[in-house]
Amino acid sequence: MRRRIPLIITFIIGVVLITGYFVTRGPFNTLYESFSDYFAIITVFAFILGGGSLLKIHLKRVSSRAADWPYSVVTLVAFLVTLVIGLFKVGNPGGMSGEILASGSWLRFMFDGVYNPLSATMFSLLAFFVASASYRAFRARTKEATILLSAALVILLGRTPVGAWMTAWMPESLAFLELPNLANWIMAWPNTAGQRAIMIGIALGVIATSLRIILGIERNYLGRGE
Amino acid sequence: MRIPDSILRIDRRIIFLLIGAAVCIPLILKPRFQDSPTPIVQSIFDTVERLPAGSRVFLSFDYGPDTAPELDPMAKALVRHTMTRGHEVSFFTLFPEGVGQIKKITDNLLPVEFPDKAYGRDYVNLGYKAGLGGAINTMVVNFRTLVNADAEGTPLDDLPITADVDEMVDYVIILSLTAGDPGLKEWIQFAGDIAGIPVMGGGTAVVAPELYPYYPQQLVGLMGGLKGASEYESALVDRYPTYRNATMEATMRMGPQVVTHVLIVLLVLLGNLAYFLGRSDRRNRAGRTGQ
Repeated sequence: MRRRIPLIITFIIGVVLITGYFVTRGPFNTLYESFSDYFAIITVFAFILGGGSLLKIHLKRVSSRAADWPYSVVTLVAFLVTLVIGLFKVGNPGGMSGEILASGSWLRFMFDGVYNPLSATMFSLLAFFVASASYRAFRARTKEATILLSAALVILLGRTPVGAWMTAWMPESLAFLELPNLANWIMAWPNTAGQRAIMIGIALGVIATSLRIILGIERNYLGRGE
Repeated sequence: MRIPDSILRIDRRIIFLLIGAAVCIPLILKPRFQDSPTPIVQSIFDTVERLPAGSRVFLSFDYGPDTAPELDPMAKALVRHTMTRGHEVSFFTLFPEGVGQIKKITDNLLPVEFPDKAYGRDYVNLGYKAGLGGAINTMVVNFRTLVNADAEGTPLDDLPITADVDEMVDYVIILSLTAGDPGLKEWIQFAGDIAGIPVMGGGTAVVAPELYPYYPQQLVGLMGGLKGASEYESALVDRYPTYRNATMEATMRMGPQVVTHVLIVLLVLLGNLAYFLGRSDRRNRAGRTGQ
């Protein structure tokens, strides 16, 4: 019964949502609207679930002194401090009725002074690793690798004003060979073709998986039933 | 150790130092690179430009601080443009961190550059809504169910800018600044295609290639990375010379980007040169040993 009821709910909602998308008459359209509203409500509960899961995992790591457990302590402290300051608007000049990210509030300070620079720093490190990895791994070893390498070099230069400057001497009849034009061509044609192929493949996979879930063939999302 | 081998085994800290210098030196010297808008960026500018003054524009900040260096300049350029044109802008975000990005605009840019523009009349912050692509679907199906107040809880009916907004289609265009999922792709799939609202915007250089398949039928225009932002800024300055002296962040940041790109190209070429020299060297030695 614990497995059958979720399967029935999934089947009914799946069928109604698919039908409601194509049939714009009652009762499907009203059910479609209601389910959309329910979705908005349910997703909010995902935050509670996510927070609970984060607490559970990291508390377990700390209590069992698992590898790198001090990082879990940092995660827990950061999570709880942010949660308390945000929920109870601690240090907010306007009190509980003040703006959540009001100027001068503690949460604003944490966002601007801690979260902002930390996120930016983590993302900026990519530039260093990408440069080092490109130098070591980007080799024209095969025909395919050479094509990839050439495309990458054209895009790298074509996406900067230097690319335009380097090929500005070309006559009008060869304008298509100017680096920015070549970069645009790569993005608009080979890239688009590849992206479309990937997207269509993913879409077909999603349709197949969705049908399997709606029809109750795919049941992994129900867990192991313990 | 032979020269090609020593080049190939260069300490990665030297590469890190070179990249650091390639970023820092242009930031200090501030070289200016002239840019001109490509058609894919120009089409966003033209659409915003052609809208009659007072048009309702929906601007979604679907990114956080990590991608802000690329997307903040786009946000500023779009806000400057829409405000100069006299449009009514509703700010929104599908990212929890996007709230902070909106606040940077409403607290720092708007009061300084557009002191005559009033909150609730010329712009509004609709805040963050959970639900990823599903939230967009809910807004298209029943806008007021999900969005019935601004970010601070003021009912939409009490704000002149949103009092008449009952449905998503009351907005003439949707602009999204995208760092991943959810973002422009979801706005196209759930709002643009279904409700028929023109969708356009910008994405990080990593995200932009994924969005090209939608252009130009489903996506009116796209700013890809810092270059896209720089192109939009140049279009803005060309049309409105009053912005000539304003700080155009993307144009400024193109300096480090140009030098870094050139450096990476040189490093890749050097790496390949060393690889091929080393390979022919090894072949020659093997040939001599065989004799």
